[in-house]
Order: sequence, then structure tokens, then C-alpha cells
Amino acid sequence: MSIAPSKILATLRVNGRDVTLAFHPHATLLEVLREELRLTGTKHGCELGQCGACTVILDGTPVLSCLTLAADAIGRSVETVEGLAVDGTLHPVQRAFLELGAAQCGYCTPGFLNAAVHLLEKNLEPSEAEIRDALAGHLCRCTGYTKIVEAVALAGRRMRAAANG
Amino acid sequence: MGKNGAAPSQAHVVGASLPRIDGYAKVTGAAIFADDIALPRMLFGKLLRSPHAHARILSIDYERALRHPGVVAVAVGGDLPARYGILPSAQDETVFAIDKVRYVGEPVAGIVAEDELAAQQAAALIEVRYETLPSVMSIDEALLEVDGSGEKIHPESRKANNVHKEVHLTFGDLDAGFAAAERIFDDEYFFEGNTHAALEEHSAIASFGADGKLTLWSSTQTPHYLHRVAASVLDLPASRIRIIAPPVGGGFGGKTEPVAHELAAAHFSRKTGRPVKFTLSREEVFYTHRGRHPVRIHLQTGIRSDGSIAACRLQTWLDGGGYGSYGVATTYYTGALLPVTYKMGAYAFDGCRVYTNKPPCGPKRGHGTTQPRYAFESQLDEIANALGLDAGAYRAAIAIDPYSRTINHLRVTSCGMREALSAVAERTDYSEKHGKLAPGRGIGLAASAYLCGAGLPIYWNPMPHSGAIVKVDRGGGVTVFCGTSDCGQGSQNMLAVIVAETLGIDILDVSVCAGDTDLTPVDLGSYSSRVTFMAGNAARSAALDVRERIAAAAGAELNIAPDRCVFERGRVFDRDEPERALSFVDAARAAEASFGTLAGVGSYTPPEDLHGDFKGSGVGPSPAYSYSACVAEVEVDFETGEIRVERIVLAHDCGRALNPAIVEGQIEGSAYMGMGEALMEESAFRNDLHRIPNLLDYKTPTILDTPRIEAIVIETEEREGPYGAKEAGEGPLNPVIPAIANAVADAIGARIYATPITPERVLQALDGTTGKLRLRAPVATRTA
Ligand code: FES
Ligand code: FES
Repeated sequence: MSIAPSKILATLRVNGRDVTLAFHPHATLLEVLREELRLTGTKHGCELGQCGACTVILDGTPVLSCLTLAADAIGRSVETVEGLAVDGTLHPVQRAFLELGAAQCGYCTPGFLNAAVHLLEKNLEPSEAEIRDALAGHLCRCTGYTKIVEAVALAGRRMRAAANG
Repeated sequence: MGKNGAAPSQAHVVGASLPRIDGYAKVTGAAIFADDIALPRMLFGKLLRSPHAHARILSIDYERALRHPGVVAVAVGGDLPARYGILPSAQDETVFAIDKVRYVGEPVAGIVAEDELAAQQAAALIEVRYETLPSVMSIDEALLEVDGSGEKIHPESRKANNVHKEVHLTFGDLDAGFAAAERIFDDEYFFEGNTHAALEEHSAIASFGADGKLTLWSSTQTPHYLHRVAASVLDLPASRIRIIAPPVGGGFGGKTEPVAHELAAAHFSRKTGRPVKFTLSREEVFYTHRGRHPVRIHLQTGIRSDGSIAACRLQTWLDGGGYGSYGVATTYYTGALLPVTYKMGAYAFDGCRVYTNKPPCGPKRGHGTTQPRYAFESQLDEIANALGLDAGAYRAAIAIDPYSRTINHLRVTSCGMREALSAVAERTDYSEKHGKLAPGRGIGLAASAYLCGAGLPIYWNPMPHSGAIVKVDRGGGVTVFCGTSDCGQGSQNMLAVIVAETLGIDILDVSVCAGDTDLTPVDLGSYSSRVTFMAGNAARSAALDVRERIAAAAGAELNIAPDRCVFERGRVFDRDEPERALSFVDAARAAEASFGTLAGVGSYTPPEDLHGDFKGSGVGPSPAYSYSACVAEVEVDFETGEIRVERIVLAHDCGRALNPAIVEGQIEGSAYMGMGEALMEESAFRNDLHRIPNLLDYKTPTILDTPRIEAIVIETEEREGPYGAKEAGEGPLNPVIPAIANAVADAIGARIYATPITPERVLQALDGTTGKLRLRAPVATRTA
């Protein structure tokens, strides 16, 4: 094996369930999610904090999992793309991305989805500028962003309609 | 009997903007990309890369690395000595460099270990002794005679200096053309190199079984070419190799040729008997490159008094980087497609590709046609201005006609360029605005054309370019097998649309099995925008093949002639008496009872009469061409030189839009990517080093830089396309760059003859310090 410090045993709350596992103290949250928990929906495009693909929600706030130590997530709640659909029903943001074609290669999509869900949790009626601001840390090379912005707005409208009964 | 099949809610899948079938997995994180694959006992690989741009390798000592805890194996050049390259004419790479390195980042050795960290630590323990050589970092330097202290990048090349490829073609009487011209416009341009920067970093996983069979998963756009190259480099029969292309996280041409880490993974798996994964870091992706060539362009166009083109002469010099890659094809492509848009009295093209000590350049969206298109459409803008003509109307007046031949003998079929031009001009009020906006604001227009698949394969062979099998299950499920690779463009969905439409069933009753050389017939790959046209036609004929048997059985059941059977909404019914009907499932079961297992096969080979008969005529022909036109509006800050793109309207003739939402998505992505190339993206080098091999410094437009893109789908009926379809993946990018350049010229009243159009260049142009690009006369463009 490599010359590396020994692993630590810890518990993280991932998509609503406690998981106990061992990982290196230098392991990033990205590595632990993908390699230890096999939650490969979280992607990486740089591992330097530059692309946003690895975004997950940590205690209610979007973080770049490539820049977050897994050790810093101990005892905290982590949400990934795998947790967005409930009982097999897509989240309205997922549905809007699907319907409008906001996911092309789909590699940036999990990061965008997490950021968009976070935005809509705070603001169900974001302006186009607010949507763009909230997603400014995410790169997409396929879509030209147009359908992503439209999908977030559509999801917001539908969530508003649902909330208003 | 259980419930079989589902009645589709609409009569036709073609033309409906349904969610793409692979979209469900993509929005839930369920899609398995290459790096998501992990196998039991898997080892991790790392490549040691050259720190020098040009150097001889004197020795490599890896004893210490081999003893490092966790390391399982190390390999160097001599372990895999076979030369390979994507083109038969450029077999010039080895997996690990042998004797010399030709660019910073070239792989020199490989290591596999129990984990990534061990492999990385061990890489630092390999000692390589180099003797550095003078580096060649520009087109100008590459054209210079190699002097005493230096050596050619490829010493075995018989070309002069560091020239890799030269092309000289003339069509029509050029001298007479220029003599007939009233005015000759003579300009030089420089298009900077840039890269794909697909969001997914390349990854490959190899598993060599005890039965001597290799399975290789790779984020590749061209599984078939990887299959061929792996067989030759590993010296294994192709029949013992299975290549699988999982969904690819963006390609844009950057994953179209076999590269070192894929072959290294296979080698190490064979050597160790364990699965091996190599995933590149972002920095390594920049070194792997194969991106847009920097091209210097000299363009002379002679215009008759009515504005028509009497003669055009194009010269291009391409900076190829350290190896051949697709470069010979790229060189031809810089000249091949200019005449596909406009009529010309005569045309001459001289191309020259040189080797430099940079990562190899290859194909990026628009492959070789993007750079001269930028130049040509910029010059046409100047011509229109000089003649006092409206840029859109001028282009429409000289546009090529549908169903005609170009001056370089290419066959043109459907052509929606005039429609695209008027659509963008009308939507933006181009004619009312151009030349009349406030200082600092500008509007620009451009047009372009692109291939719907290369008319000839990369290696000569008389076999189909694409094949498909359509299998019908007795439960009503249909599977289409085709060797395509989906890099986000929607090829999975395209196959499902065609088969669902042909059989009249719900698109979700179609499954697609693609990109697996054990299971799927060959498709040459996702390049040259060929998949919809070629794989689509193959899938259509495979579906028709099986439909014929279902129609025969259904006809017998319904007591009608088979050709009266209509397939629609999950039913097979009589054209004349629609209430005489069977469900698709019952029809399929009847057919299986009569004919046995139900599967149809189909293949597609382009027609032969697409091009002329001269050396080099193989690059440029395509069974059809797509056409696009773009208008961009910009605002330029005179203080900072900053350019804000306020609007991009992009119309694209894709033939028939099989799924309009996906076509729009391709148009929008093209507009965005073209805008990045026009304004900020550049592969820049300093002191032999890539200056910015990361996604922060290699600037791409963010969501804040990109305007809401207005995509206009222009439909023409392409007789030879599947359901009339052409392409949308690459063509729409080309007009965006010159449209933005023309808008900037309109905004600042001066032209910038180089890309990217940075704030610095804007300020220089405003100062009047750049003006026209005056490049030094090229040295030795023709070798003896
Ligand atoms: S992988 Fe974390 S920001 Fe790119
Ligand atoms: S969909 Fe491919 S990077 Fe966004």
C-alpha cells in the first residue's frame, strides 16, 4: 500500500441515513462518496474547485466536495443527487431538466441540480439574474446554459403552483 | 397474458420534443460514466509525463518506484514499442515515448499500484535523464531551416524543416478569375488554438481475463477505432478484444482517437492479471489535447463588379503540435468546405501543417473548417461593407444552390442557407441596425456549412460506415444494437426515435445497446457529425427489415396485403380500414410464430458520386451538408476593451429535426462554445509550457457571460437522410465566431484579425496599433 496515515472510523449522515465507514484523514468528501460509498452520481471535472461538478449539500449549504475533507463532514448531513428523487419520483428540478433537455452529456448535471434545488428552497420565484448568480460557479460545456436557466425557472413555477395548492 | 408494450400518446415520435431516453439516468446520477466503474481487485494507474518540450531520453531508472509500497508494475517505451496513430498515414506515436519526447506532458512511463496515492508517489521516484533539444513553439519557427544545434521533431520525416503535410489544389482558372475581378481583397488572419475541455476527464478501465480476452471501457467517441488500435498495439487478435464506450461526459472531438492511458490500462491488466483503471487529471487532459489547431490564414478573394466571387485563393498554415493525429485530414479540411457555401469562379487552396513541440492538435467541433470560416466570413463582411451591400442579402445572392456541385466538385443536396440567413436577419433587424448603432455597440452576421458525416472512412475499406440490428421481443420491447458512442449529443435517443417511428411504438419501449464491439455492429464513431445520418439510416433500414416480417404476419392475420399495414400508436392496422387492427405485440408474436426469432439488420454506406477524382478528394465529401447563419450583438467598453455579447441568434438547417429540443440544445451549445473561442479560449504557451492547464485560467464562458441563446431550427427535407434529417452537432458553431468578430468590427469601427478577441486586442485596435495582421512571408511552403 501507499505510505499514508491510517484510516479513521466515522459516521456521516448521507441522504438521510447514517453510514459508518473508515477513510483516510486526507480523503476528500468527493473521494469518500464516490469510492467508499459508491455514490458515483457526484462527478468531478477538476478536483481543484473550478468546475462545480462535485457540488453536494452539506448541512443545507452547497459545497464543493472536492475541496471538502470527509473528516469535516463527520456527524453532519450530506445530500447528493442520488437523494433528490423521493420514492422513485423525480424532484421538480430533475423533471424540468429532463423535459427541457437541460442535461446533454449529463456530467455537470448533478452539480447544477444540487445548486438549483438549494436556490429554490430559499426562493421559489427567482429572477433570471438570480438563477444565473446561483449557478455561476458551475461550468457546462454542452448546453450553453440556456435550457438550464429555463429548467430552473420552470421547476420554480411548478413548485410554486404545488405549494399554492 | 400480461400487459405488453404501451400505447404511445402521439402518432409520431419524429418531430416531437420528448425527453431523451438516456435523460432519466442523467438527472438521477444513475448514468455510469467510465470513471464510475470499479471492479474487484482493481489497480490504479498513473502516467509519468515529460517536463521537457523537446528532449532525448538518455535513461530511465524505475527500480526505486518498483520497490515503493503498493506498486505492482511499471512500464516504459520499450515494453509497448508498436507505433500507432488514428490515420494510417501517421503512425507516429507510442504509448510511452521511445528515445525522445516531443511535448511537455508526453507520457514517458506508466505505473500501476494498489491505490492512486501509491502510484502517484511512485511516479515521482522514477528517474529519467534527458538531453534537452531546442524547442520549436510556433509555425514560424517550424518553417525555419533546422540549424546545427537543433534537430527535426521527427528526424525521419522527409519533408523540409518541420513540415508535416502539404496540400496544393486548384479548381478552375485562378489567373483568369483574378484577372476578371474588379477588386481583390487580400487579408491575413490568425486563429488561435483552443481545446475541448469536456467536463469529464478521460478514463479507461481494462480487464484482461484468464481466457486471454480483454475488455476495455473507455470514455471514447470512437470505440471502433480504439478496437483497431488496441489490437495492433497490444498485438492481440481483434476478436479477443471488447471495447465498451459508456456514456461520455462531453467529447467535442477530444475523445476521438486512441491515446496512451487507454492502451496503458490494457497493457497493465494483461501484465498483472488484474483490472486496471487510469483516470486523467484535468491538467493531463490539457496535455492530451488533440484540440483546435492554431491556423495562420492568407485569403485573397477577387470580386466582380456585382459582388460575385470570381476567384478565391486560400493558404493555411497549421500548428500541429508534436504528432500527426488527425492532422492530415485537418489540413485538407481547412480548404475543403469554403466552397460549400458560395459560388466561386475559381478556387485554389494551399495548406501546410507543421510539427511543433506542443501537445498534438486534432479535431474539435468543426474540425479544420472553423478557422478558415472565421477568416472568410470576416472578409465577406469587409467586402459587403466596401460594396455598400447588406451582409445578409449579399451572402444570399452568392449562396450555393441546392442540388448543385461546388467548384471543388462536392455534391450538394438540400441547402437551407438562404432561409437561415433571412431568419437571423429578420429576427434581429440586422439591416436596420448594422452600421447604425451607437458607438461601442455592434451587430454582425455570418453563415457556414458543415458535413453530415465524412464520405470516406479513416482507413480505406469497402464496408458500411454504420450497421444496426433491431431485435423485437415477444413482450413488445425492441432493442436496437449499434456501435455508436453518445457523448451527450443524443445518439442513443436518435436511434430510439428512428426505430420507434418506424415501428409505430412508444419510444420508451425501445432500448438502445450502443458502443460495445462484442454486441453491436460497427459504427465508425461520433465524429464529423456523421451519427444521425449514417447510424440513423442503418437503424432505419434494420427496423424496416424486421417490420417487413411483422407486416407479412399481421397482413395474414388481418387478411390484407402486407403493404397496407400501417404501424402507429402501438398498433398495426389497415391503411384503408383502420379498425382492422392488431396490437404491435400481437403482430410481433404472430411474426415470431411464422418466421422465428425477430431481428432485422441494416447498414449504411455513403454513395460514391460525392466528390471529384483527384488526390485529396477524399476529405470534404459528405452525403449532405448542413447550413447555418448567425447574428451576434455586442457591446464593447472603450475604457477596458471588454466585450459583452448581448445576443446570439443562430439558425441551423438540420434537415428534419428528429427531436427539436435536442437540435436546439446542439445549436445553443454551439453558440456558447463558438463565443468562448471568439472571445477567450486559447491554448497559450510560454517558455515551452502550457500557460494555463486548468479550468480557471483556461477561460470558458460561464453562465454569467453567456446570453440567452436564440436557436432557430430551419427544416429542409433531405432526401437521403433518415426521415429527412441532417446534422446539428458541429455545424452551428462555425458562423458564431465570425458573427461575433463582425459585430466587434461594427462596434469599434476597426477589425481585429486574430482570435481570441481579447480586451487587450480591442484596446490595441482602438489605438490603431494592430490594424491588419501582417505576417512575415512564409518560408519554404513547397518542399522539393
Ligand atoms: S471537481 Fe470539484 S469543483 Fe471541479
Ligand atoms: S451537459 Fe455536458 S457538461 Fe453540462
